[in-house]
Amino acid sequence: MSAVVDTHGQAHGDDHGYHPSGIMRWITTTNHKDIGTLYLWFSFTMFMIGGAMAMVIRLELFSPGLQWVNPDFFNQMTTMHGLIMVFGAIMPAFVGFANWQIPMMIGAPDMAFARLNNWSFWLLPFAASLLVISFFTPGGAPGVGWTMYAPLTVQMGVGMDLTIFAVHLLGMSSIMGSINIITTILNLRAPGMTLMRMPLFCWTWLITAYLLVAAMPVLAGAVTMTLTDRHFGTSFFNAAGGGDPVLYQHIFWFFGHPEVYIIALPAFGVISQVIPAFSRKPLFGYASMVYATSAIAILSFIVWAHHMYTVGMPVAGQLFFMYATTLIAVPTGVKVFNWVATMWRGSLSFETPMLFAVGFVFLFTLGGMTGLVLSLAAVDIQLHDTYYVVAHFHYVMAIGAVFAGYAGVYFWFPKWTGKMYDETLGKWHFWLSVVFINITFFVQHFSGLAGMPRRVPDYPLMFETWNKISSIGAFGFGIAQFLFLYIIIKAIRSGEQAPERPWEGADSLEWTHLPTPAPHHSFHTPPVLK
Amino acid sequence: MAQGATDPRRQQHYYVPPPMPWPIFGSMALFLMVLGGVFVMNGTSAGWISLAVGAMVILYMMFRWFGDVIRESESGTYHGWEDMSFRWGMSWFIFSEVMFFAAFFGALFWVRVMSVPDLANLEHTALLWPGFEAHWPSAGPAFAEKFSPMGAWGIPAINTMLLLSSGVTVTIAHFALKQNRRGRLNLFLFLTVALGVLFLALQVYEYGHGYADLNLKLTTGVYGSTFYMLTGFHGFHVTVGAIMLSVILARCLSGHFKPDHHFGFEAVAWYWHFVDVVWLGLFIFVYWL
Amino acid sequence: MGRSTALKGASWALGVFAAACSGLALGLEWNLQPAASPIAADVHSLHEYVMVLVTVIFVGVFGFMFYSVFAHRKDRGYKAAKWHENTTVELIWTIVPLILLVVIAWPATKVVIAQKDTSNPDLTIKVTGYQWKWGYDYVRGEGEGISFISTLATPRDQIDGRAAKGENYLLEVDNEMVVPIGKKVRILTTAADVIHSWWIPAFGAKQDAMPGFIRDMHFRADKLGVYRGQCVELCGKEHGFMPIVVRVVSQDDYAKWVGERKQALAAAADDPNKQWTADELKARGEKVYASNCVACHQASGKGTPPAFPALDGSKVVTGPKEAQIDLVLNGRPNTSMAAFGKQLNDVELAAVVTFTRNNWGNKTGDLVQPAEVKAARK
Ligand code: HEA
Ligand code: HEA
Ligand code: HEC
Ligand code: CUA
Ligand SMILES: [Cu+2]
Repeated sequence: MSAVVDTHGQAHGDDHGYHPSGIMRWITTTNHKDIGTLYLWFSFTMFMIGGAMAMVIRLELFSPGLQWVNPDFFNQMTTMHGLIMVFGAIMPAFVGFANWQIPMMIGAPDMAFARLNNWSFWLLPFAASLLVISFFTPGGAPGVGWTMYAPLTVQMGVGMDLTIFAVHLLGMSSIMGSINIITTILNLRAPGMTLMRMPLFCWTWLITAYLLVAAMPVLAGAVTMTLTDRHFGTSFFNAAGGGDPVLYQHIFWFFGHPEVYIIALPAFGVISQVIPAFSRKPLFGYASMVYATSAIAILSFIVWAHHMYTVGMPVAGQLFFMYATTLIAVPTGVKVFNWVATMWRGSLSFETPMLFAVGFVFLFTLGGMTGLVLSLAAVDIQLHDTYYVVAHFHYVMAIGAVFAGYAGVYFWFPKWTGKMYDETLGKWHFWLSVVFINITFFVQHFSGLAGMPRRVPDYPLMFETWNKISSIGAFGFGIAQFLFLYIIIKAIRSGEQAPERPWEGADSLEWTHLPTPAPHHSFHTPPVLK
Repeated sequence: MAQGATDPRRQQHYYVPPPMPWPIFGSMALFLMVLGGVFVMNGTSAGWISLAVGAMVILYMMFRWFGDVIRESESGTYHGWEDMSFRWGMSWFIFSEVMFFAAFFGALFWVRVMSVPDLANLEHTALLWPGFEAHWPSAGPAFAEKFSPMGAWGIPAINTMLLLSSGVTVTIAHFALKQNRRGRLNLFLFLTVALGVLFLALQVYEYGHGYADLNLKLTTGVYGSTFYMLTGFHGFHVTVGAIMLSVILARCLSGHFKPDHHFGFEAVAWYWHFVDVVWLGLFIFVYWL
Repeated sequence: MGRSTALKGASWALGVFAAACSGLALGLEWNLQPAASPIAADVHSLHEYVMVLVTVIFVGVFGFMFYSVFAHRKDRGYKAAKWHENTTVELIWTIVPLILLVVIAWPATKVVIAQKDTSNPDLTIKVTGYQWKWGYDYVRGEGEGISFISTLATPRDQIDGRAAKGENYLLEVDNEMVVPIGKKVRILTTAADVIHSWWIPAFGAKQDAMPGFIRDMHFRADKLGVYRGQCVELCGKEHGFMPIVVRVVSQDDYAKWVGERKQALAAAADDPNKQWTADELKARGEKVYASNCVACHQASGKGTPPAFPALDGSKVVTGPKEAQIDLVLNGRPNTSMAAFGKQLNDVELAAVVTFTRNNWGNKTGDLVQPAEVKAARK
């Protein structure tokens, strides 16, 4: 594509009258870049909070016996760690990317519903406050796990209600955000930007947004039933009234499995932008990437009960869900192969974004393979609710999604701020992270196989060594993330000026048609595409 | 994707609204309402204050925000391009509502097909629930009182007719708007609202009947739970729909909308049809079968 | 620079790997526990089979990637190729994984079917999960009628670090479940309050216990010994402290155990019509309290408010005794205060109520006789 920079959009400036500054700029903003920035900072804050909770978990698990926290508080930590990481850290991070990138990548003036976009973001801090407030209510936050299985939820105190409503608000935010993204992509593309010419990141977000609109309301239904079971005497999950605790699990996982792809797909999208850029070679198999993404989205709605092999499903159910689940390996495999083929005979260089991207491909696949092991019902009956599962999902989420997030931040940082980060420190950040996080989670496969249950504050002596190693890794990884914060702040304060095209291999619109840093309003009039 | 990306309408300026404070009001309002609701549910009546303040703030927010939108619309800010965005947005919003109801329908199917029959099988009756038999409607093995289910062919059938007719009247109103026959538009829109309100009145009467005469309560096991939650959420949607229709009616009366530019009207009509279709599902699976 | 950090990182990673390997050499628990039933053995071989397959795929795929990482580098002057699609290879890498999946699913299906086949058991045991202990009822087969509750036997001092931890820390119970070797045992699980999950790793047998529902699974133990597991579904505060212990004995020993159990049961059967003295009731009540109530209300009677209220000075405990009997019998709905009417007999209930009303600061002086409890039952 053309390397000519089209500064047309910038010249217009902002032609609207109302233009607050200071804090009001951020509260009232309708600008997709401002909102993207808000999302990203919010998500990092939540990552710190959720991470601090993980540190409490790992501290307590450092040795057998109860040392630091009581079992109740431990359960609250596990629950809030899961909820905050998933809903507070990872999802908003990728919505932040979507806000920044999608309008720039498709040549749109902004998001389709700019005001709604503001609301999507500004629901989040309030929802997060509800979660935090729950710690200070009688009985504390709920200690039920992020899956919030009934009927344990019915026993909990006020904190449970706050959590339920927090989930409602988070869901509203996600649904509004997704409708916005879908509409932007379908309706605001520049002339000539056909769907099949969109950068893959936009495609993965289009499909993720569809998953969100389909799945989040179902979660809202599940927690609403929990609420009425708690306070209004309904019996959805109570056998005495003809209901069924398993019903909750079906509804939850009908949301929950698509949810894990809601986390994974945007990560795939980021990786699909980064790898071609640093391979200096177009993405291999663009069309099959699109089809694979769609196939994953469709399949992800028919595999949910692989989280429920031990609830006592009939054998036909187990087999159906087992087959459907293993099938997901095919489209996911296509993606992995395409990334490798993109690198193959490319002209590779390994700046920080690329390091994180390659780390992602390698470690996500490792997590995918353990997912495949879990998908086999017979094996899962052995491994369900053990640390093997914890290892699996941290490989795909806490390593996969988090690494993709870092890759994206380092990749687009120059475009967003016009500054360069410190490449040496960035590399240190990667290597420290990759080493420590593997120490943390690799050994959990072993403790899981040997039989360590998850969500326990204390454990038999035979698991001690693995837990010690894992905790050490976790502390190391946690400390390494301070380095990231330092790199970002240093770059914003005193980073070198970024060149117009910091990455020679990157060729989507934001690099080819906009100056660096990107102007406040990107495309007042659509860019001209060849 | 009716609009190709090369549609000539794309060439004009897309309206990006200026910064505005309403969303943060909405968030604060919801926060207050939620907090208040939680207090009330846990027996602290001070929560009502927070609930009421929150409700007021959200009403204020809606007036101001929708007011802005209506003003923009009437002053010709939106063109075909924006209009298309609204259409996509509304369609996906309705899809999300469909999925919300799907969760509750799913619960209904699950208890009818799986859990209630399971609880009455040999092993369960031998070990846990002696004497339980699976007949739908069922309030579960531990529910000792007697209750009667809500029959389909009384008020529910009338309500079905009411909602279906309201679907027709709103369509007639739409055609009238397109032909710029304002009197007819106002009349049929008014009829639609009236049918909706009548529906709600009958629904309220039916609930009263259930509680007073049939011993059918929200606490009547799964039958009561699914019955009241499904019809209740539907009723809530009818209420919202009726309010939206009233707003549209008021706008029509003050001369808003043009034959070729009236997405506000259409959006509400879509919503109304959606509510209608959900009702058909309810009528069939909750009342009839 | 890039080079040397890469090297540093690689040597780090190698170091970790070496550490992990030496861990294995030291005999750490790193794989599935040794199988003690045919199903568990099947699961092990299935697991090994899949692991080999996915490892091969993994090494294959990343062989390509790392070759590329080392060979196709810009700083080696490597020029990028121009192609970016190839329908043939794309078809191949869609179809080959599909075939591999069939190869995996086939043996997996067989194990699933075998695992789910609970027909024709020799012995049927109902397992009930309570917060936080297990109840066992032998419902069919030799030993029918045996029924007992099994709780954690590890002393609190070990958990809180005031005493050295024993060998079976957290994996020991007061009453073990006993089964004969080589017999097909069908386990029916259910629960009284929330979901629990019953698991013995060595048997490859795990089944959630759903409140109000019966679910089943089976195992056939083929080695003598004691097998230990834990509750594996989050069930509240003491989820980590409700172990499961199964002792597999020879047929003869099993018959002996059944005999002893039955005798003990007969001897311990309480006569609900007997009038008990205050001291008898309090002594008995203390035991009942220790095994049923301390988890929540604590030995001090102070509870851990607000989640678990104090009984010392509680209005219910110092108020009219009928109200307390009713509460302990029927529990409080939607709280973890269970209905103990199903778990304890009239004597035990009378004893524990008497105990709580006359212990700590509570000095009501009330005596509750088993007959009163009996009358209070509906
Ligand atoms: C980003 C999130 C994410 C992703 C992408 C995945 C991906 C997968 N997951 Fe995972 N999973 C979670 C997040 C995720 N998971 C979470 C959070 C939980 C636990 C929730 C809880 O209980 O709290 C969980 C739990 C979980 C379970 C339940 C375990 C249990 O509780 O007992 C199962 C079982 O089937 C499973 C399976 C899979 C499979 C088969 C995939 C597949 O999509 C993986 C596919 C990828 C590959 C296979 C690798 C690449 C493919 C190739 C290189 C092709 C060739 C390969 C072959 C032919 C084998 N996952
Ligand atoms: C994307 C989501 C995500 C992410 C990123 C993480 C990140 C981490 N997770 Fe988490 N985790 C989940 C999602 C996630 N997790 C979920 C869904 C569950 C299941 C919950 C449930 O069972 O219900 C879970 C459960 C879970 C468990 C099991 C708990 C249990 O079963 O009781 C453990 C235990 O080791 C764990 C550890 C960690 C660690 C060490 C990290 C680390 O990667 C975190 C590192 C980050 C930081 C440390 C923050 C930055 C640094 C600071 C704030 C400075 C402070 C640091 C120090 C003092 C050293 N997680
Ligand atoms: C699983 C935890 C648990 C166990 C075990 C338990 N309780 Fe409770 N108990 C509770 C909870 C929770 C409450 C508070 C219920 C509420 O919120 O109303 C409670 C309340 C009570 C009360 C009323 C106190 C008050 O002031 O309201 C009494 C009396 C009581 N329990 C007695 C007992 C006795 C006797 C036993 C043993 C036989 C026992 N409990 C075992 C959890 C437990
Ligand atoms: Cu019982 Cu966990
Ligand atoms: Cu899943």
